[in-house]
Amino acid sequence: MMNQKPSILIFGYGNPGRQDDGLGAAFIEKMEQWVTENEISNIALDTNYQLNIEDAEQIAAYDLVYFVDATIEPLEQFSLTKVEPSDAKVEFTMHAVSPAFVLDLCRKIFNKTPESWLLHLKGYEWEFEEKLSAAAKANLDAALAFFQHHLSEKLIN
Amino acid sequence: MSKKITIEPVTRVEGHGKVTIHMDAQGNIQQSRLHIVEFRGFERFVQGRPYWEAPVLVQRLCGICPVSHHLAAAKALDVIVGAGTGDGLTPTGEKMRRLMHYGQFFQSHALHFFHLSAPDFLFGVDGDPATRNIIGIALTNPDLAVQGVMMRKFGQEIIRATAGKKIHGTGAIPGGINKNLSIEERDEFLKGADPLNADKMVSWAEEALDFFKKYYFANKDFVDNFSYFPSNHLSLVRKDGALDIYHGVLRAVDAEGNKILHDVDYQEYDKYIEEEVRSWSYMKFPYLKEYGKEKGWYRVGPLARLNTADFIPTPLAQKEFESYKALTNGKPNNHCLHMHYARLIETLHAAEMIRELLNDPDLLGDDLVIKGVKQKEGVGLIEAPRGTLFHHYRINDNDQIEMANLIVSTTNNNEPMNKAVNNVAKSVMTGKEVITEGMMNAVEVAIRAYDPCLSCATHALGKMPLELTLVGPKDQILDRKRSQ
Repeated sequence: MMNQKPSILIFGYGNPGRQDDGLGAAFIEKMEQWVTENEISNIALDTNYQLNIEDAEQIAAYDLVYFVDATIEPLEQFSLTKVEPSDAKVEFTMHAVSPAFVLDLCRKIFNKTPESWLLHLKGYEWEFEEKLSAAAKANLDAALAFFQHHLSEKLIN
Repeated sequence: MSKKITIEPVTRVEGHGKVTIHMDAQGNIQQSRLHIVEFRGFERFVQGRPYWEAPVLVQRLCGICPVSHHLAAAKALDVIVGAGTGDGLTPTGEKMRRLMHYGQFFQSHALHFFHLSAPDFLFGVDGDPATRNIIGIALTNPDLAVQGVMMRKFGQEIIRATAGKKIHGTGAIPGGINKNLSIEERDEFLKGADPLNADKMVSWAEEALDFFKKYYFANKDFVDNFSYFPSNHLSLVRKDGALDIYHGVLRAVDAEGNKILHDVDYQEYDKYIEEEVRSWSYMKFPYLKEYGKEKGWYRVGPLARLNTADFIPTPLAQKEFESYKALTNGKPNNHCLHMHYARLIETLHAAEMIRELLNDPDLLGDDLVIKGVKQKEGVGLIEAPRGTLFHHYRINDNDQIEMANLIVSTTNNNEPMNKAVNNVAKSVMTGKEVITEGMMNAVEVAIRAYDPCLSCATHALGKMPLELTLVGPKDQILDRKRSQ
């Protein structure tokens, strides 16, 4: 058991109505079961269509933040990378910002820089359907197994 | 010889879009086109689905304004279940929907101002793009940045409380709503610790408006002359002429303020509005049938709404409306960048309406749904943050949707956005063969004023490099540049 548990936020985002764009939300749904079954009290879970500026306020309240998102990047299945604050130009989309942007905004407005990670899950299909593709589902399962192990170690150590 | 310069995509707008600017051999701008890829497949996708699924299904269309689609679909289905055309719901049903809608409006307008337009005002259209965003605001005006973040959060929380959840909300159903507001939720929004309460949101909305007005009066020539052009304007108005973003009749005025669509029932919108297809664009061009393709196009959105409405039914916004109208001597305002001014007056109105609704005991009622004699067809109209949004459905004997037609705000603004881009291109790019970042942003400033929502909803697909293509007189590519 840890002496002092870090407060953890796991934030999945994307549109579940657009097939694999819903990987983030599906991941959170699975994690809710895991958190409940394991009676973990220091993990908060949240979802939304996309990240946005108000999320800077939300992450400020946590020690450790995991962003979970679908991606078209050429990954095998998933990747977990550290997020560093970045004040790079606003990304392509109008109403969505990157985890690095949210973290930087959090640092500049709320003087907090929670340790942050981005879990990217590889997606393939993006049509009007509320169902993950088979390949994305396999990636989700693999990422869940990895992440739950990762988190267990994090909580213990 | 003519040249074509393509800017792709338009950054800081949602989805895929590119701008093509045609130049002649002398460097004069001949024509500008905003190309938008829009999903038309959605209307076919909903065919065959049970009608009651539509308010949730349509949220697949857009991760940016799902509430607008949710409510427009629910309003159309109100007609189908015999619950009337927008004003036939129970008081709790209508007011909960209104609260959801004003919450959406408030957070969307606040985001647009703080995240998209204020950086241009603070740092200049040709300012350093690395800091021309809310991060830059956080460094130079931290209080303003906090306001942007918290106003957005307040609106999101209103949506969560009324729609049930942040993703794929289910609050609005055919004939009403599926939940009321609890006393605890109401009290939290009304009396919550600063800054997340209705009074603070009203005062911050006033401050945002003051911020813009200071900028405006210090830069009046630029704001007034940036892509000015006369146009018709269309929106919902309440039956007595008041600004109403949830329900009313359809009104259009011309550039001089003459009514050209006389407060008609939007159930018959297809008697008055036609959509033109042009070969170079995936998005249609709507126009008023009576005035034809050349003269019947119109603007929608904040500028249009304040041009069609006779007054605003909340005191603080009404006072600002009077000052705003005085700038154009009571005539319609056709200044592109006054869209931001109008948007901030609407933000104040939304904050006032949220406060007013929260004080209304009807929100706590438990009479949530009404139904009557079923109809085969229904139209739902709503003023989305970006402008008028049409949803039209027809069902068969098995309660399946057999026809759907959607005209989204950005489609309604298709022609004016093209005109706005062309005006800016003429102003900043005539005689230039190299596009600077400042020129590109000037074009984007014109587009962003309309707050377009392009083919959206899958942010994971939306990451593309910026591409510029220079094409010669025979459409041969002379040069192409791509940036990250």
